[in-house]
Amino acid sequence: MKNLKWLVPTLYILFLMLPIYWLVSMSFKTTNEILGAFSLWPQEFTLDNYITIFTDPTWYNGYFNSLTYVAMNTLLSVSVALPAAYAFSRYRFLGDKHLFFWLLTNRMAPPAVFALPFFQLYSAVGLFDTTLAVALAHCLFNIPLAVWILEGFMSGIPKELDETAYVDGYSFWRFFIRIFIPTIAAGIGVVMFFTFMFSWVELLLAKTLTSVAAKPIAATMTRTASTAGYELGLLAAAGTLTIIPGAFVIWFVRHHIAKGFALGRV
Amino acid sequence: MAIELKKVTKVVGIDTHIHETSIKLEEGHFNILLGTTLSGKTTLLRLMAGLEQPTSGEIWFKGENVTGIPVQKRKVAMVYQQFINYPNFTVYDNIASPLKVVRRSRREIDKRVHQVAELLQITPMLKRMPNELSGGQQQRTALARALIKGSDLVLLDEPLANLDYKLREEFREELPKLFQDSGATIVYATTEPAEALLLSGYTATLHEGSVTQYGPTSSVYRTPKDLLSARVFSDPPINTAAISKRGDSFHYNETVSWKARGRYATLPDGPYTIGFRPHYITLKPNNTASISVKGEVVVTEISGSESVIHMRVGKDTWVSLSHGIHPLKRGDTVELFLQADHCFYFDENEQLI
Repeated sequence: MKNLKWLVPTLYILFLMLPIYWLVSMSFKTTNEILGAFSLWPQEFTLDNYITIFTDPTWYNGYFNSLTYVAMNTLLSVSVALPAAYAFSRYRFLGDKHLFFWLLTNRMAPPAVFALPFFQLYSAVGLFDTTLAVALAHCLFNIPLAVWILEGFMSGIPKELDETAYVDGYSFWRFFIRIFIPTIAAGIGVVMFFTFMFSWVELLLAKTLTSVAAKPIAATMTRTASTAGYELGLLAAAGTLTIIPGAFVIWFVRHHIAKGFALGRV
Repeated sequence: MAIELKKVTKVVGIDTHIHETSIKLEEGHFNILLGTTLSGKTTLLRLMAGLEQPTSGEIWFKGENVTGIPVQKRKVAMVYQQFINYPNFTVYDNIASPLKVVRRSRREIDKRVHQVAELLQITPMLKRMPNELSGGQQQRTALARALIKGSDLVLLDEPLANLDYKLREEFREELPKLFQDSGATIVYATTEPAEALLLSGYTATLHEGSVTQYGPTSSVYRTPKDLLSARVFSDPPINTAAISKRGDSFHYNETVSWKARGRYATLPDGPYTIGFRPHYITLKPNNTASISVKGEVVVTEISGSESVIHMRVGKDTWVSLSHGIHPLKRGDTVELFLQADHCFYFDENEQLI
């Protein structure tokens, strides 16, 4: 019995990794092989799928668009949420608690609810089919979350730190940038992780608000058939590449996340 | 004078934090604000610092009206009860920060930091981060930062409250020496009467947002202006009793009486209140003029060489502090001796006679 301790976790991990393995394995096969006989690993190993993605602009622009609006959204969310969260954590004003709660209610509706109003609005002001449109739309969901998380981190910092800085002669902005932001760096890391993840994974708004010029990779990837018929190998390669940024971000902020779970409101 | 409050009040919403207060603090000395929590010590410090503005009244600093001037523009330093340091700066940068803000030369900063660090014995920690230090070292860093500025006004808000007993003793001895040469006016808030006596200097007793008395610490302790000041400046708490004067003697509970002597002999008949500190009511009679009072023991606390006896006398509850170990049980009847010479006599308005 003792020697079988490893069994359950191993089975679990195998189970989790299976679809990812299958995706990666498919990405190195030709479409014919995928549609043909059952094979556990690529019989005719090919890199053609990846080469197509990196050379065909309709493919690589998808990544470019997605990363653009995700980066824009993350930057926007953090820079807007920082002062907002500071206000919520440091000042008392009329209706502050209601306003704080109301922020969260923005996340209670599914994104689909906002697809129509955003589509109409952005078409009217000429933002339709731009990465900015998607970045702004995602702010509706990400800013409340960012404010909520950051407020938790900021409230963990005693107000006396601010005051000590003022006594020492720091102006508000100098204190905020030189001392306060580094002090809550873990919180900002956590927020960037969550905003990145939401924006990277969200498909419905991204698809609705774009057509050609700003088409995200997830939209390109989910068309199953093209003029050339089924391109399953190509889709698998695109899927594999789409996992990478997420994995990269998790690796990057893993320490902050662990700290964040211990400290703040995650 | 270094700092003076003129008819200052502070009202937040419907709560009055500071009732009209006028006080001139002694320049270049330790000024102790003594009071329980919520008595307004911290609010007074914050008003002096400029972190808060008074609702009415004026604050004068070195002969200048500084009311409304933001804290950044005042030359003050402040140390809190919590150990507040910039967590993303090394100890060195923490101490250097007030000088860096005003753009002093690197050479000068380096020299001053080492000087101050040497004084506070934290030179070996200069390269570390604040959260790698012990509580005492963190507070030393905060004190160093307050010291390096060379402020004329240093505000210390219960700086030793979060330290353990041993460190507190160490700091109490060190603090007055630290600031002695700087010539700065120190305002030190504390809840502990013993701390005020040890630091000496001047003391202001605070009660519910009012300064009840201000003067040299020992004189405030020896001659409290009124019952309130006496209560604030006594630990264990001061005992009180309602007495009355008839003819040439004072009467308590109709069972105890003693002759009115000296200046008390000429007082008119009527009700009075006496207050006496716990060490003036003891198990053994002390030379002359000891009045015998019988009481019932409620609780006895024994600390090494002293016994604190809480007891009920009539409807009053008194605390007695005697030398030696006296393991009395609850319900025991004890005879205690009160030294009438060391009683404070208060009139009907609780003012000292």
